[in-house]
Amino acid sequence: MKQSGNILFSGVGGQGILLASELTAYAQLAAGFDVKKSEVHGMAQRGGSVEAHLRYGEKVYSPLIELGAADILVAFEILEAVRYLPYLHRDSAVVVNTQKILPPAVALGKAQYPENILDELKARHINVVAIDAFAVAESVGELRTANVAMVGAMSNFLAVGPEIFLQVIDNTVKPSFREVNKKAFAAGRAAVHA
Amino acid sequence: MGFDKETTLWLSGNEAIALGAWEAGVRVASGYPGTPSTEIMGNLSRYEGVYTEWAPNEKVGLEVAIGASFAGARALATMKHVGLNVAADPLFTAAYTGVRGGLVILNADDPQMHSSQNEQDNRNYAFAAKLPLLEPSDPAEAKRMMGLAYTLSEQLDVPVIIRITTRIAHVKGVVEKGSRCETPEPSIEKMPAKLVMLPGNARVRRVAVEKRMQATRELAETLPENRIEPGSGKRGFITSGVPYNYVKEAFPEAPVLKLGMVWPLPEKMIRAFAATVEELIVVEELDPFIETHLKAMGIACRGKDLIPNQGELNSFIVRKAIAPETVGAVFDPLELPMRPPNMCAGCPHRGLFYGLSRMKDVFVSGDIGCYTLGFLPPLSAMDACVCMGASITMAHGMAKALGKKGEGKIVAVLGDSTFMHSGITGLLNMVYNGTYASVIILDNRTTAMTGHQDNPASGRSILGDPAPALNLEGLCRALGVKRVAVVNPHDIDATRKVLKEEIEAPEPSVIISRAPCVLLPEEAKREKPVYFTNLDNCTGCSLCVQMGCPAISWTPLTPEEAVARGYREKQKGFARIAEVQCNGCGQCACVCKFDAITKKEAK
Repeated sequence: MKQSGNILFSGVGGQGILLASELTAYAQLAAGFDVKKSEVHGMAQRGGSVEAHLRYGEKVYSPLIELGAADILVAFEILEAVRYLPYLHRDSAVVVNTQKILPPAVALGKAQYPENILDELKARHINVVAIDAFAVAESVGELRTANVAMVGAMSNFLAVGPEIFLQVIDNTVKPSFREVNKKAFAAGRAAVHA
Repeated sequence: MGFDKETTLWLSGNEAIALGAWEAGVRVASGYPGTPSTEIMGNLSRYEGVYTEWAPNEKVGLEVAIGASFAGARALATMKHVGLNVAADPLFTAAYTGVRGGLVILNADDPQMHSSQNEQDNRNYAFAAKLPLLEPSDPAEAKRMMGLAYTLSEQLDVPVIIRITTRIAHVKGVVEKGSRCETPEPSIEKMPAKLVMLPGNARVRRVAVEKRMQATRELAETLPENRIEPGSGKRGFITSGVPYNYVKEAFPEAPVLKLGMVWPLPEKMIRAFAATVEELIVVEELDPFIETHLKAMGIACRGKDLIPNQGELNSFIVRKAIAPETVGAVFDPLELPMRPPNMCAGCPHRGLFYGLSRMKDVFVSGDIGCYTLGFLPPLSAMDACVCMGASITMAHGMAKALGKKGEGKIVAVLGDSTFMHSGITGLLNMVYNGTYASVIILDNRTTAMTGHQDNPASGRSILGDPAPALNLEGLCRALGVKRVAVVNPHDIDATRKVLKEEIEAPEPSVIISRAPCVLLPEEAKREKPVYFTNLDNCTGCSLCVQMGCPAISWTPLTPEEAVARGYREKQKGFARIAEVQCNGCGQCACVCKFDAITKKEAK
């Protein structure tokens, strides 16, 4: 089992990044690691780019991932995957939701949403796994589970087994949403092998 | 390090501080919301046996805590860094009175200005006000230091400052559980020579302050939170707070003197440590606080000649600054469209700022809140923003400077919570000294920016219990404002008409722009209509797009594409509403002159 690692979550305010990073943190804690996680609240949440840094290991000091040191990037939006390129290294895995949310300049017609921008990551030999998290969420009947589907997809790159994640969902998600979130996790996890 | 549910918790720094306050036996806590400090009070309000409140501003909050301390209770005041500027008046004199029950000022700095208008280093307040300051480096330490702070406060008869930063407040980590300690019952005890600060008494207390500083300096030498972590190599580090973590990551083998108490400094311990290393480097965020005092002691060290004095640090920056040869290449960032924060779909502020954006000659004196985003394009309707409440006073000063030239061109804009925080006295000044400037109060029924805290106008206490709600119109009239208008900012045309009339009026005038924040839980639940774009009618005028609503986007068209869609050849594109994002405010339908935006059934 990998003894330490850095997982970066990125996306747009309101996409459920905090819950996704929280489930991942609890799973790493359950696996016996020390964990630190850094979030940004306040001004940054009003539809702006948001990020959460999660670091695990025997003993974690810094709550922030260094440039070039993210082992996994879980990006909830295409541009927000590419924006964090300086955090990646050649062996990074990028799990990206294929959703596009137009930044203000694009919505105003003043800029264009870059086409095929994920190719920039692939060109640097970074392992890019693109999944349509909304389609996965829709397949389990609850669109709001797209973030948990992303966690499921990401879990393929962690040594922590899926049973631990499912247990974490049992412990942290309110009863009425538990089953559908567990389904979303499993479907997201399966989507990567497909 | 394991995570045992019986003995440990997974908490943010703010949650850990709330728990630490509760365990320390805090009975009274008051604060004003401010990122990154806000969640401390919110969390503390959920514990039994602690009275918590949202104060209208930080000065009020600290004074409430001082009073509770004078009654013998352990008390807490929480604030962000700029809040301590507001509370600086009581702070400096509370250093003279000292305490009865332990008193802690929890101050949250925001290096990098994630959600702030400046980047000040409030360790300087400890030096200036002659108060001890503790600085934790993670949530577990933050909780532990709360207990220590109350012990020190009572032992030394002094208010204690705990300085955290964003990377404590909003970092989650493993924290050990404890239990609430017993503290004496509050009581009335008169001690006027200590508590009445007039010159005769204050001169006596002034001497006590210096004696106390001397005692604190001596105590700092043996305080367990100041510790030397031995290591190898010629280079040694002195650090504190969050940067301690970056030193440990970047130079795990190096000897480190970690300071838990940053003021006053343990001079003997520092000298002893300095003598064991060939090169001494101070790693601290923002100002060279420790470094400057080391140099004043005549201790040779390096610091801000290597480490940036702006922005947040991290282990990468620290490593690169000190040992650049160990840092490998990283991928360069790509040029991408930026994604700044934006007012939400359905935000009532947008309607008001849309009106102001059409008044190009008017100078908009702005303030601190979500609505500061009115500065951003496409609305670009804010021309100044300095600090809480300054919109009103700056507008007054501009009007006095401009005289007749500025008539009908000066307006202040601030939120309801900001108005109550420090706008009321400014408005009083306007009335007393006369002005033609106008004031717009954006009354969205909450303190939105920091996450919807209640306030004196919301009608609810911190616990959500019913509370008296300030009548803003009545208050403005009582201050002597004769012109008080109320508008619904979602009604664009009516709002623009009132804006024009009131801004042009030659006397003080207040416009209350009233509509609830769209993110308030009761608003989120309310059944609202949805608007959609009737694409056949869209002429591509882009007026709706110019409102900057995140639910509306522009699709450009070539002449061929325009014709293929049945538009005129020269139509440059069309606007479309993303119905899932629409919150049904109807502002866009107000500005569309071509019936291209239509109301749909409630969602």
